[in-house]
Amino acid sequence: MSDISKPKDKARRKFMLKAGVAAGAAAIAPGVFLTMPAPAQAKPANQPVTSSKRWGILVDANKCGDGCNACVTACEKQNGWGAANPSEETHSRPEQKAQWIRKVTIRDKATQHVTTLPMMCQHCETPPCADVCPTGASFKRADGIVLVDKHICIGCRYCMMACPYKARSFIHEDLKNQKPWAPRGKGTVEACTLCVDLVDEGNIPACVDACNSTKGGALTFGDLYDENSEISRELKTYGGKEIRADLGLNTGVRYRGI
Amino acid sequence: MKQLLTYREIEGKSTGFWILLGGLGVLIALALGAVLYMEHYGHYVTGMSNQIVWGMPHVFAIFLIVTASGILNPASIGTVFGKTVYKPLGRLSALLAISMLIGGLMILVLDLGHPDRLIVAMTYYNFKSIFAWNIILYNGFLAVTAVYIWLMMERKMNKYYPAAGLVAFVWRLVLTTGTGSIFGFIVAREGYDSALLAPMFVIMSFAYGLAVFILVLMAAYAWTKRPLGDVVLFRLKNLLGVFIASVLYFVIVYHLTNLYFTGHHGVERFILLDGGIFTGLFWIVQILIGSVLPLAMVYHPTIGKSRPAIAAAAALVVIGGFAQLYVLLIGGQAYPLNMFPGYEVTSSFFDGQVNSYSPSIWEITLGVGGIATALLMVTIAVRVLKFLPVSLEDSVVDPHAATKAD
Repeated sequence: MSDISKPKDKARRKFMLKAGVAAGAAAIAPGVFLTMPAPAQAKPANQPVTSSKRWGILVDANKCGDGCNACVTACEKQNGWGAANPSEETHSRPEQKAQWIRKVTIRDKATQHVTTLPMMCQHCETPPCADVCPTGASFKRADGIVLVDKHICIGCRYCMMACPYKARSFIHEDLKNQKPWAPRGKGTVEACTLCVDLVDEGNIPACVDACNSTKGGALTFGDLYDENSEISRELKTYGGKEIRADLGLNTGVRYRGI
Repeated sequence: MKQLLTYREIEGKSTGFWILLGGLGVLIALALGAVLYMEHYGHYVTGMSNQIVWGMPHVFAIFLIVTASGILNPASIGTVFGKTVYKPLGRLSALLAISMLIGGLMILVLDLGHPDRLIVAMTYYNFKSIFAWNIILYNGFLAVTAVYIWLMMERKMNKYYPAAGLVAFVWRLVLTTGTGSIFGFIVAREGYDSALLAPMFVIMSFAYGLAVFILVLMAAYAWTKRPLGDVVLFRLKNLLGVFIASVLYFVIVYHLTNLYFTGHHGVERFILLDGGIFTGLFWIVQILIGSVLPLAMVYHPTIGKSRPAIAAAAALVVIGGFAQLYVLLIGGQAYPLNMFPGYEVTSSFFDGQVNSYSPSIWEITLGVGGIATALLMVTIAVRVLKFLPVSLEDSVVDPHAATKAD
């Protein structure tokens, strides 16, 4: 009797062992993954932003497609403005409609060479908009993102006068369907926020994401203070210019190919 | 014998007085209606846009604010520089300074995207912003000038008013420097970034302020049938000539300097040659009608002594002043930002092209309402308090004139 039971017990034991290991792994594994360092550095919500990072974007104008508007459309969808949101700004004239990012076409008068590039808030290190704002609503975060505090913006538009890049827009009418993560309001001024709500969760701005998805690959986002980040390595290898560099603003958005 | 200088309220019983009050009241009511409309629907109803962010309301407001500072000149010349002929004009001058400033500030505040957040502007300050400083300077000026008026009018306190006059004089120079610096501090736009703008605004304030003062003085004395002698009037009109010439000097230096920089040729060409309405306003209204013509009128041996001509010259200076501010404010924004030197630029956000602006009726109504507010304040004040001397004839004002007559 004992001879017959041994082989059965062996197979059963093997099975039980394997099942037990599998069950144990299934129980412990989620805990292991949770405690591993996350690949994206999401800032915990209750900690203040520090200046240990400086967010920036590198635009490679050589790769920017002439008829492509992926970055613009992505920004519109993410933040609730423009043609992707036809319910908004129905009364404003074209010159009055908000535009957080736009494609600019430049033609060298001497050589006739044409380049296209996206233009948005340049997130300057010394932003003129923050300098001139009487209430301090226009401000720069410690990590370099320039924002407007919609609670204290009085709508004087001085920042719009002062911005060397015409990056800011004023809202000329009531809005109906704002995105909860991108508040906008009649009578206040707004601009590209570097998708601060996405960045704070460890993601990348919508424009950069869209450009990468359409295999354009013209936009790189990252930490300018981290030597090993992709953006820093690209800047070190190929260089990157500021638009209106003579103003000495040390912008967070840099361009290649112009 | 020199007559005593006395101040008395105006009678304020004539039909003309009530029509004036009523008319100004209607203009203010219309302005408030326009503000309600703009506030309710949003700024899309105006001619302003993301390309031309400051428009007609700001032209009117800056004119009034600049005038307010300069219109204190007669008081300052009398108090600080001790010129006897100007002393009787001190109270009216200070009153006009307060009224014009309130009119201008009213326009600015009511044009804000969020006028309901005025309390925010008064409690959150970014001291790197010249706007924040201006909020303090403007309100401080109102207080300082009010004290100055009180010290002038309260006989027991008369000995203190020279100190107040000095404070007011210095304060308003700082204030006008602050107003000019609103534009002078803007590095982004080629029409603005210039240290010259602050002193130019100070000189502009002298000219506009005195022109408006002359007009108000002449109207007040003509309509109340009080005598206004040549001694006072001719001193004022000659001084106006000096100020007009000074403004012309600053304008010339500003443009010559800009023309010297090849990089600024674009904006200069725009203003001086092919900017359409801006070029027309600059040469014909600002320079010819607003500066050269009144200068000639004021110093002409016979024309300069005719009262209608003096009033006309002052009015032309005011018109020229509006044109100057329109060219500066709107023209400076119409010319595109130079982000890519040497390139032609196009985009969906109107980069690289001259921006157009047509003022809406709402903006103009608001601006006119600001002027009406200032004038209404003055009209009521001279009726209620002793701002106006009973007589400004030569024997009252200038002891030497009386001696000559004897």
